[in-house]
Amino acid sequence: MTDIAVLGAGMHPWGKWSRNFVEYGIDAAQTALADAGLEWRDIQFVAGADTMRQGYPGYVSAATFSQALGWSGAPVASCYAACASGATALATARAQILAGFCDVALVVGADTSPKGFFAPNDGDRPDDPDWLRFRLLGATNPTYFALYARRRMDLYGATERDFAKVKVKNAQHGLNNQNARYRKAVTEDEVLASPIVASPLHLLDICATSDGGAAVVVSSMDYARARGLTSPVRVRGVSTVTPRFPNTVIEMPDFATDSSAALAPPPLTFRDSIAAAAYEQAGIGPDDMSVAEVYDLSSALELDWYENIGLCKAGEAERLINDGDTALGGKGTTVNPSGGLACFGEAVPAQAIAQVCEITWQLRGRATGRQVEGATAGVTVNQGLFGHGSSVVLST
Amino acid sequence: MAKSKTPALGAEGWFTDDGDGPTLIGNKCTACGTVFFPAAAYFCRNPDCGGREFEPTPLSRQGTVWSYTDAQYQPPPPYVATSDPYAPFAVAAVELAAEGMVVMGQLASGYGVDDVRVGSPVELVVETLFEDDDHEYTVWKWKPVSA
Repeated sequence: MTDIAVLGAGMHPWGKWSRNFVEYGIDAAQTALADAGLEWRDIQFVAGADTMRQGYPGYVSAATFSQALGWSGAPVASCYAACASGATALATARAQILAGFCDVALVVGADTSPKGFFAPNDGDRPDDPDWLRFRLLGATNPTYFALYARRRMDLYGATERDFAKVKVKNAQHGLNNQNARYRKAVTEDEVLASPIVASPLHLLDICATSDGGAAVVVSSMDYARARGLTSPVRVRGVSTVTPRFPNTVIEMPDFATDSSAALAPPPLTFRDSIAAAAYEQAGIGPDDMSVAEVYDLSSALELDWYENIGLCKAGEAERLINDGDTALGGKGTTVNPSGGLACFGEAVPAQAIAQVCEITWQLRGRATGRQVEGATAGVTVNQGLFGHGSSVVLST
Repeated sequence: MAKSKTPALGAEGWFTDDGDGPTLIGNKCTACGTVFFPAAAYFCRNPDCGGREFEPTPLSRQGTVWSYTDAQYQPPPPYVATSDPYAPFAVAAVELAAEGMVVMGQLASGYGVDDVRVGSPVELVVETLFEDDDHEYTVWKWKPVSA
């Protein structure tokens, strides 16, 4: 049995508050603790999702948050895996619980983001692929999102309007989400009229950079039962897989792929392998998923994820969005009922944890204004640059 | 006096531009034959290979477009702006059949997203990325060619 229980979930609302990231993390942690009915001193282990934009406190986030909450002596682990940092932190807490080293743990991540494009830290670093891609190619994050989007158009006949429909859906989903930064309906024409950032993606196709914080309190199933919780939301699988050589799909921040000259590519692409590993641990699969939170860095990328997490075959995602299958009330797995990154913007270390918060609320039937009716199981998926997969499968 | 041409910082030794035409220079594991660009150092990254020796190898000068886009907004540093006001440029990810890999590069000066499709043939060129008072800093780019 490798299940753990989610006792509490909490967020600091996403926005552009320009305050210290620790404040968001503490706020989210205290909300999650209150949701769990626990005190800070009850926590036996703290896993932090790091940020590289806040100096040393960001690199030792679990200690930073623990000190801010008041040193309790609990051991910590600070995890960095770019956008997947939150999942790595959750995986670490889960391993501590399943190994019997602790009964209950806090997982927390928060960030304050600059406006505009994410960019490398200052200083010349010609050995760092993330520096090189900006200097030699001018390749920003949207450059990569756009390469994937354009490929969908030329290979599958996707249109800019198909991509806009994803934004329209997610904007609609997020209208009533108090934690979302953008709560405003958007039309397809508004998306298409917004300036092109990286052809074929318009400004409204691409997620913003945000401030925010998210936390969950997780425990062993025995600990949950001892507290009288007979059927808590369970974490059934956590995937933090890396690519398998040769990875022949171009990935941020690299500007060349591996070579398949000597060894054939693996049967699953890296992105196909991410949720697959979480499903395998959980013993349930895409057909069982009522709800999914996927990493819509761009509207078009959400369509890629439909295929990567098994909701449909390659080239079929445009049909799902056009038929309304992935919208609230649609006939398929509802995707991004929270509003996704389209409504939140990206607060890197908090994002994978926020996905788990949303699925938890959905499975409790408490996602007010955006509830997927009768939700019994859900999946999150995300990817951090430099080869970090992230997927969590939860069920009632 | 003409400015001297030199590869941009970080790209030294990554390409040649001599009599044989512009060519990317990667390396090849002498044990398993896997090709790397940029060149691998120390260890072969094929997990089934313990190779530690490599020989330089030129990459195919022609490839086909895997995908493409452009940069309508000026990228932040360390990108170096080449004009004021900013002039957009295009980027392509290009499949090299013999190497079984994809290599990104800007599209050659004067070409944009309307000049290519997925599958379009392109060839390598070396162009100036940016310049200062003394030097033109060069980089590889991909130039559309007729099929």
